[in-house]
Amino acid sequence: MTSVTENTATVSSVRDPEELQKKLRRKARINSVFRYSVLLFIGLVMVYPLVWMIGASFKTNAEMFSSPSFWPNEPTIQGFIDGWKTSTPYTFGHFFLNSLWIIIPKVIGTAISCTLVAYGFARFEFPGKKILFATVIATLLLPNVVTRIPQYLLFRDIGWLDSFLPLWVPSAMAGDAFFVFMVIQFLRAIPRDMEEAARVDGASTLQTLIYIVVPMLMPAIISVCLFQFMWTMNDFLGPLIYISSVEKYPVSLALKLSIDTTEAFAWNQILAMSVLTLLPSLTVFFLAQKYFIEGISTGGVKG
Amino acid sequence: MGGDSKYLGLWYVAPYVIGLLLFTAFPFVASFYLSFTDYDLLSSPEWVGTANYEKLFTRDRTFDKSLKVTLTYVFTTVPLKLAFALFIAVVLNYRLKGINFFRTAYYVPSILGGSIAIAVLWRYIFADTGLMNMIIVGLGGEPINWFGDPGNALFTITLLRIWQFGSAMVIFLAALQSVDKSLYEAAAIDGAGPWQTFRNITLPLITPVIFFNLIMQTVQAFQEFNGPYIITEGGPLKSTYLLPLYIYDEAFKSFDMGYASAISWVLFVIIMVLTLIAFWSSKKWVYYAGDKRS
Repeated sequence: MTSVTENTATVSSVRDPEELQKKLRRKARINSVFRYSVLLFIGLVMVYPLVWMIGASFKTNAEMFSSPSFWPNEPTIQGFIDGWKTSTPYTFGHFFLNSLWIIIPKVIGTAISCTLVAYGFARFEFPGKKILFATVIATLLLPNVVTRIPQYLLFRDIGWLDSFLPLWVPSAMAGDAFFVFMVIQFLRAIPRDMEEAARVDGASTLQTLIYIVVPMLMPAIISVCLFQFMWTMNDFLGPLIYISSVEKYPVSLALKLSIDTTEAFAWNQILAMSVLTLLPSLTVFFLAQKYFIEGISTGGVKG
Repeated sequence: MGGDSKYLGLWYVAPYVIGLLLFTAFPFVASFYLSFTDYDLLSSPEWVGTANYEKLFTRDRTFDKSLKVTLTYVFTTVPLKLAFALFIAVVLNYRLKGINFFRTAYYVPSILGGSIAIAVLWRYIFADTGLMNMIIVGLGGEPINWFGDPGNALFTITLLRIWQFGSAMVIFLAALQSVDKSLYEAAAIDGAGPWQTFRNITLPLITPVIFFNLIMQTVQAFQEFNGPYIITEGGPLKSTYLLPLYIYDEAFKSFDMGYASAISWVLFVIIMVLTLIAFWSSKKWVYYAGDKRS
């Protein structure tokens, strides 16, 4: 307490309020200059690899190892043309379609199952709820590495190896605890008045869910879909374990294959295909970035 | 919703319960069992008692090396990444024009970083005549042997993950923005400097998210696979041969499912013990609003 009175005294000892104002303003200006310089410098370092990658994909293979500048001297799309052909009987487009066939059921399944499950947890009391909810948190922290081998054996026994099923079915059973948790957190923050009114009017719980809850949950559901889209696009270990025939490779495996099979590393081809691989995620992110930021803040902070 | 059966909610969570039993609970128990067996996929699992664990801890040089590399990786990557994320969040948490622009620029690598495409890019950037060495030479330095030198290779993967500090930063930033502004005003009146304010007001108030980020990032770092698999392929001299890579090789290349399960369980126990220590210690350093102790 003594320190408070002392310090108040110091502040009021500056007699001239105008001088104090000036001092504060100068301090604020130095402060923002400092912050902007730090942010700009780090931002540049952060973004340069990506900018450089895009530039490099239009370079010739020889130029790539001769200059750190991102700007291609003689821009060419040869890297894209050769890369697209791949060293397999399929084009890169084929691998994009494969990724799509995994992404579509996975995203839809995740959205539906997470909504149902979150609704159950956030709006109902039932026997065993506490224990079940504890398992959501436990699964959130459970390293996948410990369940991976028996999962593989399970999918082998039911004949799902070398198919897309192991890659999306667990997620369609609300298997990604992170998403379940995120939607529950979001739903808990929504007042129940509207739902109760609908129930009084005779709507069933399912009708209430579809017509009242889902529209309000939309931002959370969209976040879930976007994250799942990105993560599935990026997933490498799953396909690596489950997909064995090149015909069924998603983009991530195809890219790894192109490193392994390209003679003497035709880097311009590989980087051109890498740029294409990132393009869907980048596009989706820039179209909908507010959902990402919100999603990550909801899932993370309110917990 | 009193009129409903008390089991109604259970129907809604049914997909989760079935998924939990089939894809998490059963595999979890099964992998514990498998870790005590010898199983090559061709014949059925054969019980060998603790032989796998004995081999791991007494005779397996690769495991020793891999464990050491994994711990080094986790204990450098996680603190560096979190410190960096927090630093940037603090710099961003100010009435700056263009804060959204910077937040987006910093977040993009987090979105893309898990992609194989980025691992591929990294492999090029740190190649002998790659972007990094071109810049170093351009600035008058000596080119660095990133992938050939066991002392450097792991660092390239650490750098990749630090580069992805964005998601941790977004969480820090949200927490910083929810700190009551009147506390800062009070501190300013008390004549506290920026460091004192940060140390005594900001830091205690955001300990819950520090704790959250710490746990999530640690669990994630222990499972790093894509980086070493694509960028360094575990080498040189196994200097980037993280445990998940070793488990993958044992399980899906040597088809030694029992031994791979045993390694998985050791990794799992390490993660679990560290998580429990974090939870236990959190009582001492994590501040929750409205908590009587503080």
